[in-house]
Amino acid sequence: MLELKNISYSVSETLPSGKTRETDILKDVNLIIDDRFVAITGPNGSGKSTLAKIIAGIITPTEGRIYLDGEDITELSITERARKGISFAFQQPVRFKGITVKDLISLAAGKKLSTGEACEYLAEVGLCAKEYVGREVNASLSGGELKRIEIAMINARGTKFSVFDEPEAGIDLWSFQNLIEVFKKMHERTSGTILIISHQERILDIADKVVVIADGHVSAVGTKEEILPELLHASAGCRYTATPKN
Amino acid sequence: MAERKGLDPIQKELLAQVADLHKMPEGAYSLRINGQLEGKNSSEHIQIVKKTDAPGIDIYIQPGTKNESMHIPVLLSQTGLKELVYNDFHIGADCDVTIVAGCGIHNAGDSDSEHSGIHRFFVGKNAKIKYVEKHYGSGDGKGGRIMNPTTEVEMAEGSYMEMETAQIKGVDSTNRMTKAKLADRATLVIHEKIMTHGTQFAETHFEVDLDGEDCGCHVVSRSVAKEDSRQYFYSKVNGNNRSSGHTECDAIIMDSAKVVAVPQIEANHTEASLIHEAAIGKIAGEQLIKLMTLGLTEKEAEEQIINGFLK
Repeated sequence: MLELKNISYSVSETLPSGKTRETDILKDVNLIIDDRFVAITGPNGSGKSTLAKIIAGIITPTEGRIYLDGEDITELSITERARKGISFAFQQPVRFKGITVKDLISLAAGKKLSTGEACEYLAEVGLCAKEYVGREVNASLSGGELKRIEIAMINARGTKFSVFDEPEAGIDLWSFQNLIEVFKKMHERTSGTILIISHQERILDIADKVVVIADGHVSAVGTKEEILPELLHASAGCRYTATPKN
Repeated sequence: MAERKGLDPIQKELLAQVADLHKMPEGAYSLRINGQLEGKNSSEHIQIVKKTDAPGIDIYIQPGTKNESMHIPVLLSQTGLKELVYNDFHIGADCDVTIVAGCGIHNAGDSDSEHSGIHRFFVGKNAKIKYVEKHYGSGDGKGGRIMNPTTEVEMAEGSYMEMETAQIKGVDSTNRMTKAKLADRATLVIHEKIMTHGTQFAETHFEVDLDGEDCGCHVVSRSVAKEDSRQYFYSKVNGNNRSSGHTECDAIIMDSAKVVAVPQIEANHTEASLIHEAAIGKIAGEQLIKLMTLGLTEKEAEEQIINGFLK
């Protein structure tokens, strides 16, 4: 279980006049994430990705505390959180010259994998594995291929709290259906928690719980049945007004 | 495999580092230790002959020799020794051979130790050769470990040569000069890997003349410069005929290091197709963060990125 208590995050920028301006990205976010599959959604710029990075330790909150299974992890580094069981799949996957797909999946698994084992993880995300294991994770791979390799790495880690930042971004329509199937399987298998930042209704539709973040705060938490109708209504031009329940 | 009894533990370690050898192979080899030809062995198809007019050896590989390899490591463990060695490789037509060279210097004293090797390759028609050269230094003396290799290559029609050079650890100063001339349909591929640290200095020069029709080259250098070390990379590809050439320098710079990359291409023929690339930069923060989210420390992540880059 992950608990976010009074999380705020703001950035300051220097204006042409020389004065500084504080901008609040997240404002007093309180959230308990204890379901197996939780989706966070909301408009662009609402603070979703910032929240995901705060959970992984990539960004330090201005205020608030984070608890993983009751332990305060607010001051822990990225590495320490990873070793506690938090995984993070980037929205824009990182490229590495000289490091192969198999190298990265082995690093994620924490042990040297055989080609066959690495292939299994790749096949799960719909990549024709043998074509990929020896390839460098560099510019020769497309954005969609990198996203799927990113997901394969999370599967190889097998951690108890996996965060995916917009896994659908950069994936074509054909691959998107495969992605949904991948997450459905993960949902069935996982004994931990999957947290997905997403705009896609079909991803929200397989979530146990949906969290809506708007303008830096949690504006609603509920089941998909409770949240989706109002979201769709709001996307049609009406303001979202659901009440936070968590 | 015949074990050499004469090697002390330091020399054995040097041999393992530069040639991946714990024993000398049964085939053709030449082992030079502290300025002396310690041992050599010719095979049925590869003759090694000691030069009489200068330090060094002549290597004659018979035409048509296939799937054979030879080793020519050089070890220096005597402080203050400086040597200049000439090795000439005469590679017959239609060969397919691998040559493993390398130099290891252990310097525990205060005087500089230096090995300069001049290697000349005469690659016959349609021959295929892989040349692997590794440089390594060890020892905690104040004296420098210096290596200055010169390589000159003449490639006949249809020949192919792949050169892999690596200098990853312990060499304080190096000045590498490589020159090649390619005839029709010859192909030269060079992969250079260098890592420097402390106050080490490495300078490499490549000059390739694409003289023949439809010949081509790839000259690729990957390097990592740490701490206060300095690296200079100069590469020049001359397209003198209908040919293709590519030269690339890719460097990671860290700490207070300095890297200069000067790739140059010169087209002297309208059908010459030449490309040069150079990139120098620090390790991207996002790369470190990605590996840290897998549970690696920042230092471990850095090592993984560098090892991968130089692999």
